[in-house]
Amino acid sequence: MQRLFNFFYEYRTFFAFLLLEAFCAWLLIENNKFQNTKFFNSSNRLAANILGFSQSSREYFSLRQINEELSRENAQYKTLLERRTQNSGIPFAKSDTLVRYDFVSAKVINNSVAQFKNYITINQGEDAGIKPGMAAISIAGAVGKVKSVSEHFSVLISLLNIDEQVSCVLTRTSNFGTAQWDGVDPRFVNLLYIPRHVQPLEGDTVVTSGYNAVFPAGIMVGIVKEVKLKEEALFYEIRVELAQDFRRLTFVKIVKSELKSELDSLEKTTIGIRP
Amino acid sequence: MNRSGIFVGIYFVLYVLVQVMLFKQLVLFNMAFCFLYVAFILLLPLETNPLILMLVAFLLGISVDVFYDSLGLHASSLVLVAYFRNYWLGTITPQGGYDTGEGPTLAANGLQWFMVYSVPLVFAHHFTLFFAEAGGFGIFWFTMQKVMTSLIFTMFVILFLQYFSFDRSR
Repeated sequence: MQRLFNFFYEYRTFFAFLLLEAFCAWLLIENNKFQNTKFFNSSNRLAANILGFSQSSREYFSLRQINEELSRENAQYKTLLERRTQNSGIPFAKSDTLVRYDFVSAKVINNSVAQFKNYITINQGEDAGIKPGMAAISIAGAVGKVKSVSEHFSVLISLLNIDEQVSCVLTRTSNFGTAQWDGVDPRFVNLLYIPRHVQPLEGDTVVTSGYNAVFPAGIMVGIVKEVKLKEEALFYEIRVELAQDFRRLTFVKIVKSELKSELDSLEKTTIGIRP
Repeated sequence: MNRSGIFVGIYFVLYVLVQVMLFKQLVLFNMAFCFLYVAFILLLPLETNPLILMLVAFLLGISVDVFYDSLGLHASSLVLVAYFRNYWLGTITPQGGYDTGEGPTLAANGLQWFMVYSVPLVFAHHFTLFFAEAGGFGIFWFTMQKVMTSLIFTMFVILFLQYFSFDRSR
């Protein structure tokens, strides 16, 4: 026993090294499962305030561009409103989308595009009703999914994260696929699982399918830029140019899906728990 | 806590702040990162106990991880650097040994020694960091490109700061 202790003492540095590395590896692997960690990510108050400060000082240099984006967004809403008032003769039925989804607007205070696993921090949290699992969209298209929330801030998994998958549909052919980033170019994602018999074309629109009730159906993802089909492959290799330029993301909207829990529990009772 | 301990504490906070407020945003060509905080571990005094060194590295790594939303990633790479640092220092001892009271700095040991000391350790850090983040060797060449460009960027900034402090001490 004495000799065993001596042995451990002799190599204490090495064992401490192993212990620390094992702990880090555990954190790294479990990181995706910690949905509700409030402290150890950028949604904690100190980190978020520091990042917010650095973001706000950088913002001065892009005010012009932010203004342009906001006015474009405004114009878009005005057109929508105009259309609605023109249709107001028709009594508005209890529209699906109106009941199903509610939106919270938030400002991006931290964002990256060059890592393999990119996250976005925004300045709205629990007190605005945000919960993990909700979708984030911008005026241009889909942005990501809420990973964890603190009282006033939330962290989103960006679409530019090699672990993130979004169920999509090719609008022209109505075929379903999965959009996933390959980690290389922040302007493009890959559209997977489009079978051989379909004929996707350059310029086709890709939107969210609404299958998992996170994203509303029909949220723009991007436009097909490149279509390849290898001799033996079962599926196409499709590059999709993202509608939202993630390098200049300033505002997002969090989609509160009112019916998500209902859909999930219904699916759970009929098909069982999803992997 | 003695005087130098307080200085180390201040530097610790300073390195984290500079890393997350400045260098987090500064990514060249979408692939070259600067992880300046590695220099904090590289430049700690020669006789630092390896256990303390690793513990400090772990704390520094976790602090950076909080801002990068990558819990455990920077910490694991930095602990690796901290572990190998003292062995590497022992291996490349210059003739006549190190001057007592001097840190492993460029000013004390010269440019050539400093490059031999820092480049492999920074490379080890970047290598483990990027490949751990990519989750394997799936996109090997692109990841390797990131490692090499980031190595150049980080080394450039470390050397720049070393010359900067070198001049000031004269």
